[in-house]
Amino acid sequence: MTVTLRLQREDFDVAAEVAKLTRGRTDMGAVVTFIGICRGDEAGEPIAALTLEHFPEMAEAEIRRHIEEAQRRWALFSITVIHRHGRLAPGDNIVLVVTASSHRIDAFAAAEFLMDYLKTRAPFWKQVESAKSKSWVEAKAQDDAAAERWSKPGVRPAKRG
Amino acid sequence: MKLRYFAWVRERLGKADEDIELPPGIDTVGELMTWLAKRGEEYAHAFDNPKVIRAAIDRSHVKPDMRIAGAKEIAFFPPMTGG
Repeated sequence: MTVTLRLQREDFDVAAEVAKLTRGRTDMGAVVTFIGICRGDEAGEPIAALTLEHFPEMAEAEIRRHIEEAQRRWALFSITVIHRHGRLAPGDNIVLVVTASSHRIDAFAAAEFLMDYLKTRAPFWKQVESAKSKSWVEAKAQDDAAAERWSKPGVRPAKRG
Repeated sequence: MKLRYFAWVRERLGKADEDIELPPGIDTVGELMTWLAKRGEEYAHAFDNPKVIRAAIDRSHVKPDMRIAGAKEIAFFPPMTGG
């Protein structure tokens, strides 16, 4: 199992991150990538920039706990999580999750699980800058609901052998 | 004990962290928030609605009823909006 976890200001190269995992292997039948991108609007208003504040030590520990949980739940070869912080412009990458498995089901489920938890449990906060003002993005109930479904028995995909 | 603040909690207090001497009788995270809210105008502003503030003890999420005995670092912040 290969785990890559980075919290960084710099951008990431999706193709390079995937190539690192798949190079020389023939057992990886499925790689899922999720890229979160800074939108040019928030709540219907155009934005100039997004600043991500984070709690570095806790973010690293919290994401690592969820990576370990994903490893327990699904049959995976690798998990990559890269989350950016600092000031980002519309169109910039924010977060990358890559999960690799023999088959797609585990890779899809693990990527979705990790993203749902990153949204609600990883200590990151978004502040949007518009032409007029700065404001903190409010947490969304739908994100809490998305994360909550993974803790209910019966909805979690079974781990494959 | 070290306290750390993030996002609008940090902005309202005008500081990212501080060391405090915990007064006797403060046993839980919730009680600590109530005590902090009485420390001045900026604290009252930051902690006026403790229901929306999340806390972490030594880098793990905790509920307001969590006891703080033995904690080295307590962080307060709004609900998270990463990803």
